[in-house]
Amino acid sequence: MNLTLRIWRQKGPEDKGRMVTYPVDDVSPDMSFLEMLDVLNERLILAGEDPVAFDHDCREGICGMCGLMINGDAHGPQRGTTACQLHMRQFTDGETIDIEPWRASAFPVIKDLVVNRGAFDKIIAAGGYITAPTGSAPEAHSTPVAKANADAAFESAACIGCGACVAACPNGSGMLFTAAKLTQLSLLPQGQPERYTRVIGMVDAHDEAGFGGCTNAGECTPACPKGIPLNTIGRLNRDYLRATATRGDTPGS
Amino acid sequence: MAVTGILLALFLIAHMLGNLKVFTGATSFDHYAHWLRDIGKPLLPGVWFLWILRTVLVVAVVAHIVAATVLARRARAARPVKYAHRKKINGSYAARTMRWGGVIILLFVIYHILDLTTGTLNPVGDASKPYGNVVADFAPERWYVTLFYTLAIVTVGFHLRHGAFSAFRSLGQQTPRGERRARAAALVFAVALCAGYLVVPFAVLTGLVS
Repeated sequence: MNLTLRIWRQKGPEDKGRMVTYPVDDVSPDMSFLEMLDVLNERLILAGEDPVAFDHDCREGICGMCGLMINGDAHGPQRGTTACQLHMRQFTDGETIDIEPWRASAFPVIKDLVVNRGAFDKIIAAGGYITAPTGSAPEAHSTPVAKANADAAFESAACIGCGACVAACPNGSGMLFTAAKLTQLSLLPQGQPERYTRVIGMVDAHDEAGFGGCTNAGECTPACPKGIPLNTIGRLNRDYLRATATRGDTPGS
Repeated sequence: MAVTGILLALFLIAHMLGNLKVFTGATSFDHYAHWLRDIGKPLLPGVWFLWILRTVLVVAVVAHIVAATVLARRARAARPVKYAHRKKINGSYAARTMRWGGVIILLFVIYHILDLTTGTLNPVGDASKPYGNVVADFAPERWYVTLFYTLAIVTVGFHLRHGAFSAFRSLGQQTPRGERRARAAALVFAVALCAGYLVVPFAVLTGLVS
């Protein structure tokens, strides 16, 4: 396959950045999207040019490091797939592919396609954990959990924190991430003691980090490589209303 | 957004039911319109109740606009550098036209009050004969008024389709089955309200009401 790539190049956080066009020949349809970028980078290095910086780690779709806006789709055109698990057979020969970083003021660009997702860490630090020491894995029957709750909590726990929800959101909101990180705890017995202080702390941290507000536009779930459902945000809203109405405005946890 | 939106949607239902009284004849419709000014009598002096209602509605509209503006400004600030390549949004047409749709509805409401409340822009403009005002308003030769009215009502319909679902969600609707129900209910509500509002001008246009 012969492709034309238009890639966002930005030398550093202060640089203005621009789209640069690169032709790439002899791309195998069996390559992953990141392997195709590796091929481009090898050629750039041989030509003495600066390679394109992009985030990646496991390349198995489970770490959440990779994240590229490909032709306006977060993680590319294939649903439920991270950019590293996307294969070039999803594209056609001769196609022009636009590659951009996640665009959000809370995710400043470090270089080229690499963004700083530290804002997500701040949300987690504001309550995305339980403070009780849990020790080693408990005996499974010692704390009964309803099957439906266990399934919904697990569904949310599948979030890899890649930031595709923010990238796809027309409001630049990180509400799907925040809701997933809340739900994985709020549906389990271990998460109950700090349930209502947690939701206030995490939503406050989300807003302070400069993310936009959720308007239930529904762009996040189709972009999410783990398919976190939109109704997860409803769980957040319900806990938030209960927390502000009955528990008072207690910050943090 | 959700609470003020629900208040305004309740008003829309009451307003639509009142409009449909046009089919019961001129006397009945005019009587209803005059009764609106007298609700609460003799407990409250005339038109007091109406003004209380109007105040609540204005406060709801202003709060709705303020909340929408805050959200829109946050959204702008959250994405200072735009995407060079942005797909048309996956979500519904209703969801992505909420902001501009809201502006269109606001302009229509201003026109609508000048037309049928104060009578300034109405060809008859006689406050004692609301039935006559409505019939004159949607007369066939004033087709552009009917066209604008139809566009505005359809915009309201789209606004409600996303708005009603979004209000349920904001107030804590949290199950997948409930989401399907909330979306279906929002669609039915929006279509029913549109139909209820549009049947009046088209009845005048076709001569059913004259």
